[in-house]
Amino acid sequence: MSDEYEHKLEAKSDIVSDASSVGTPGIDSVPEAEIPDQELYHSHSWWTTYVFSQDAKYIGVQYALTAVGTGLLGLVLSWLMRIQLAWPGLGWLEPAAYYQFVTMHGMIMVIYLLTALFLGGFGNLLIPLMCGSRDMAFPYVNMLSYWAFVVAVIVLLASFFVPGGPTGAGWTLYPPQAITSGTPGSNMGIILMLVSLILFVAGFTMGGLNYIITVLQLRARGMTLMRMPLTIWGIFTATVLALLAFPALLVGCLMMTLDSMLGTSFFMPAMVSLGEKLSYDGGSPILFQHLFWFFGHPEVYIVALPAFGIVSDLLSVHARKNIFGYRMMVWAIVGIGALSFFVWAHHMYVSGMNPWFGFFFATTTLIIAVPTALKVYNWILTLWNGNIQLSLPMLFSLAFIVTFLNGGLTGLFLGNVTVDVPLSDTYFVVAHFHMVMGIAPILVVFGAIYHWYPLITGRLLNETLGKIHFWITFVGSYAIYFPMHYQGFVGVPRRYFEIYESPYIETSTLLLNQFITIAALIVGAAQLVFLYNLITSARLGKKAEKNPWKACSLEWQTPQMPPEHGNWGKETPKVYRWAYDFSVPGAKEDYIPQNVPPSEVMGAKVEKT
Amino acid sequence: MPVTVAIVFLLITVGSVVFHFWSPWWWTEVASNWGGMDDTIILTFWITGFVFVVICLFVSYCVWKFAYRKDRRAEYKPEDNKLEKRLTWITTLGVAALLAPGLVVWNNYVTVPENAYKIEVFAYQWGWKYRLPGNDGVLGKTDIKYISDENPFGLILEDPKGKDDRLVDGDELHLLIDRPVKFELRTIDVLHNFYVPQFRGKMDMVPGIITYYWITPTKTGDFEVLCAEYCGSGHYAMRGRVIVDKEQDYKKWEAKQITFEKMLAKNKNIKNLQLAKSTK
Amino acid sequence: MSKSKGIIKSLFEKPWEKDQIVIDNEHQGQTLSLSKYKVGLRTIMVVSTVIFSLFIVAYSDRMLVHDWRSMPEPWLLWLNTGIIILGSLVFHFTKLASDKNQNDKTKNGLFLVGILAYSFLIGQLLAWYQLMNSGYYATTNVANAFFYLFTTLHGLHLIGGLYFWGRTTSKFLRKNSKAEDVKHSIELCAIYWHFLLAVWLVLFGLMLFT
Ligand code: HEM
Ligand SMILES: [Cu+2]
Ligand SMILES: [Cu+2]
Repeated sequence: MSDEYEHKLEAKSDIVSDASSVGTPGIDSVPEAEIPDQELYHSHSWWTTYVFSQDAKYIGVQYALTAVGTGLLGLVLSWLMRIQLAWPGLGWLEPAAYYQFVTMHGMIMVIYLLTALFLGGFGNLLIPLMCGSRDMAFPYVNMLSYWAFVVAVIVLLASFFVPGGPTGAGWTLYPPQAITSGTPGSNMGIILMLVSLILFVAGFTMGGLNYIITVLQLRARGMTLMRMPLTIWGIFTATVLALLAFPALLVGCLMMTLDSMLGTSFFMPAMVSLGEKLSYDGGSPILFQHLFWFFGHPEVYIVALPAFGIVSDLLSVHARKNIFGYRMMVWAIVGIGALSFFVWAHHMYVSGMNPWFGFFFATTTLIIAVPTALKVYNWILTLWNGNIQLSLPMLFSLAFIVTFLNGGLTGLFLGNVTVDVPLSDTYFVVAHFHMVMGIAPILVVFGAIYHWYPLITGRLLNETLGKIHFWITFVGSYAIYFPMHYQGFVGVPRRYFEIYESPYIETSTLLLNQFITIAALIVGAAQLVFLYNLITSARLGKKAEKNPWKACSLEWQTPQMPPEHGNWGKETPKVYRWAYDFSVPGAKEDYIPQNVPPSEVMGAKVEKT
Repeated sequence: MPVTVAIVFLLITVGSVVFHFWSPWWWTEVASNWGGMDDTIILTFWITGFVFVVICLFVSYCVWKFAYRKDRRAEYKPEDNKLEKRLTWITTLGVAALLAPGLVVWNNYVTVPENAYKIEVFAYQWGWKYRLPGNDGVLGKTDIKYISDENPFGLILEDPKGKDDRLVDGDELHLLIDRPVKFELRTIDVLHNFYVPQFRGKMDMVPGIITYYWITPTKTGDFEVLCAEYCGSGHYAMRGRVIVDKEQDYKKWEAKQITFEKMLAKNKNIKNLQLAKSTK
Repeated sequence: MSKSKGIIKSLFEKPWEKDQIVIDNEHQGQTLSLSKYKVGLRTIMVVSTVIFSLFIVAYSDRMLVHDWRSMPEPWLLWLNTGIIILGSLVFHFTKLASDKNQNDKTKNGLFLVGILAYSFLIGQLLAWYQLMNSGYYATTNVANAFFYLFTTLHGLHLIGGLYFWGRTTSKFLRKNSKAEDVKHSIELCAIYWHFLLAVWLVLFGLMLFT
C-alpha cells in the first residue's frame, strides 16, 4: 500500500466549481512538481555524442539504421530465393544455399529488422518525446543495449564466413535437424545463430527495462496512462511481452547450444542420422517447439502491437479526427498482449503433440481474433466522418488496413485447427505470415518514417518519390502474396528448393511463381527509390515547419525541432489533455496540442459521451 | 486524388474476388474421406470474404466521401459504446460459426476408427519406407537400437508379432480403396511429415515417438507423397508414391511384399548369422 | 494488489471528459511511487523468474523420459545452501543497520556478505569437481546436465549481484556519496540476495526431490 502512488481522485474543490467548460481559466493550474527533474548525462566528445551516445533519440536512430541495414540483406536474400523458385533451371543456387537464405531471411526480418526497429528504433525515439521526459530512465544501460545489438548482428553476419556457412535450419531452428549433418551450417553456423540470439535477448532486456520504466515512471506532469498516445501503449505492451517471451527463446537457445557443443540430450532423441548412430538419447524435440512458440507467438505481437499503436496515431492525425474508441483500443492492445501467451501451440497442430490440445488452442486462437477485429473496426470508424488528408503516412496506413485485414482473415483459416491440417506448411502459410507480420508492419514502418522524418531531420521527404514508392510497394506486395495463397491450396509445401513438375502441380503453378518473382523484384527496386529519398532529403528536402502535420502529441511540441539534448529546454511540458483533441467543436484550429492550457482555447467545448 | 485512391482500393477488392473465382489455381480433387476439411475452408471463405469486401468497400467510400476540405471539420466523437458492443457480439458470433464445425471435423480426425488398418510409414533423410502388419493384423515392436543393414526397420527380434510383418521394398505404397487406414508415423532421424495433397491429412513424424493420423481413400489413382516438414537439404526431394487400388490389384501387390522372417532368412544365407551375434 | 487495481481502474477513465480532465491535470506523471531503480530491480527479478520457471518446466517434462537417472546431491551442496542462507540473513541485518545509520555494523555486514557470496561460488565449483570426479558429467545423463545448467545460471546471477554489491560497497566507503543513495543501494542489493536465495531453494529442492 505504501508503494502506491495516490491517484488524486478528489480534485481540489475550487477548481471543480468553476470548471463549467474545458476552456475556463482557473483550470490552467497544475500543482507544483513533486518529482524532481531528471538528471541528464552530458556528452563531451564526438564519440560520446554520436557513437556511444546516451541520448535516446540518437540511440533510436542508430537502432533504426542498423536494423534497416540488416533488413536490406534480408531483402536481397529474398530476391535470390525468388529467382531460384521462378527459374530453377538457372542452377542459380544449391539447395543448401537456398535453405541458408530462407533461414537468415526469416530470422533477420523478424528479429533483427522488425523487433529492433519497432522497439529499439521507434521506442527510443518516441517514448521520451511522447511521454514528455528528458530521456530514458537509464541512458547508460540504453547505450549498452544498442551495442549488444550491434554485436549480435556482427555475430549473425559472421556466420556467413565460417566453414559450412550460416545455419539452414529454418528460422524455427527445430532440433534435431538444426544440429545434425543433414542440414547446412549445422556446426558453426547454428552456434553463431544461437549466440547471436542470446546476445540479442540480453541487449533487448537492457533496452526493454528502459522503455518500461520510462513509460511508467518518467512521464510529464498531467500525462496519465490514459492520456498517452496509442503508439506508446503499443510499444509499452510489446516490451512487456518481449520481456516475458524472450526468456523462452533464451532457454531454448541455451539448451540447444549445449546439445550441440557438449552432446547433452535436452532436445535430442536417439537417432540414426544419415546411416550413423548418434550418441543422443531421450531428448524431446517437441519440448523445443513449445519453448520456441511460447516465444514465437508473442513475438508476432511484439511486432504487431507497436504497428497497431503507430498506425492508430497516423490515422488519427491525418484524418484530423480523434481515434475512434480510444479506450477499446487500449483494452484491445492489453488484451491481445495477455492472450498471446495462451495460443502458442496453434503453430503445432500437426507437430505430433497430443492432438487433444488442438481443441484448446483453436478456441483461444479464435478468441484473440475478436479484439483484433475490434481494432480494425475502430481504425475504419476513425475514417468515418473524418477530414482525410491523403498524405503519405495516411496512404500507408490505408494500405496497412487492407493488408492486415487480409492477413488477419487468413489467420482465421490457420487458427481453426481443421483447416490448418491441409494448409499447414504450404505456401498458404508463407503468404499469410508475410501479409500479417511482414508487409503490414513494414507498411506502418514506412508511414511512420514519412511521418516522423521531419522530427529527426527537420526536413520533409520528397512527396513524388514517396508516391512512387507507396504505390509500387503496396500494390506490388499485394500482387506477390495474394496469389501465393492459392499455391497453398494446390498443396505446394513451403521451404521447397524446387517444386518440379508433379502430377498434381500444374505447370501454371510454376508460371505463377514467375509472376510472383517479377513482382518481388519490382517491389525490391522500389525500395531503392525510398533509400534515395531518405538519403537526399536529409540535405535537400523541403524544410519542415514546426509540427508539420499539426499533431497533438508531445513529440512535436519541443522548443526546437529537431529536439535538442534533454528535449524540453528549461522545463518539461505540462499536459492538459489527451493526445487526440482534433477538430474539437468551438476551437479555432482543428487540433489542440496536449500541452496547450485550457485558457488558450477558450471556445473549445467537449460534450459528454 | 481521393477519387483515384478510392478507385484503386476498390479495384484491389474487386480484383481479389475476381481472382478467387476465376483463378485456375485451386485444390486438387479430394481423394479421401476428408472432404469435411474442404467444406470448412469454403465456409471460412464465405465468412471472411464477406468481412474483407465490406471493410475494403467501407475504406474506399470513406476515402472518397470524407476527403480533406479546408472548410470542413471532422466529427468529434471519442467512442460509441453501443456500436462497439454490437460489433463485439457480431464478431464473436462469426468466429464461433467458424470454430464449431472446425472442432467437429478435428474430433473425427483425431479419433481413429477401431477397424482401421494399421500401416507404418517410416521416414528417414530423405526417403520413405512402409511396413504392413502380417496375417495377425498387428505391427511388431521396434526399437531404433536394432536398426542395421540386415534389419532396416529395427524390428525387435524377440517379438513374434513382427515376424510376419511385410516390409515394402521401395517407396511405393499401395492402399485398398474404401478401407480406413491408420498411418503410424515413425522417423529415425529428424522431423518429417507424411503428406499427400489429395488426402488432405498431415502429421509430423517425431523421432522417439510414434504419431498417427487416419484416412479412408475414396478414389483409385496414383498420388505423390511430399514431405511437409523441413528436414534438411534433401527436404524438397523427399517424394514418394501412393497408389490406391481396387481389391484385386491390391491383393496382387500385397502378396509380392516380403515378410520380415523371409528377409531375415535371406540375409542369414548371405551373412551367416552375423545378425544374431550383433544383437545378442 | 491495490497497485494493479489502481492501474486497471485507470484503464476505464475517459480522458476527454471534463471531470476527468480536472482530475488528470493533477497527475504527477508517475505510476508507482517507487524509485526507478526499484522498478528496474523488480522487472529484472520478474524476467529471471520467467527464465528459471521455464527451465523448471523443461526439467519436469524431460524427467518423465525413460532414460532419466537422478543425480545424487553431494553433501557440499548442503553446506553451500547453509552459506547462501547465512548470506541472505546477514544482508538483512546489514540493511537494518544501514537504515539506523550504524556505519560500523553496515561496513562489517557488507564485507561479510561478500565473503559469503564468494564462498558460495567456490563451494559450487567444488561441488562440480566432486561430481565430475565421481563420473557425473553433463553428457552422462541429462539430469546432470540440468544440474550444471541450473548452478551455472544461478551462479551468473550471483556474479551479477556481486558487481552491484561492489559498487554499493565502494559507494559506502567513499566519503562524498549521499547517505540516502547508499541506503537505497543496500536495500536493493539485499532484496536481490533474498531473491537469489529463494531461487536456489526452489532449484535445490527440485533436484533433491526428483
Ligand atoms: C517483399 C519482400 C519479401 C519477399 C520477396 C520474401 C520472400 C520470402 C521467401 C521466398 C521465403 C521462403 C519461402 C519458402 O521457401 O518456404 C520467405 C520466408 C520467410 N520470410 Fe520473407 N519475404 C519478404 C519479406 C519478409 C518480411 C518483411 C518478413 C518479416 C516478417 C519476412 C519473414 C519471413 C519468414 C519468417 C520466413 C520463413 C523462413 C523459414 O521458413 O524459416 N519476409 N520469404
Ligand atoms: Cu502464433
Ligand atoms: Cu522434409
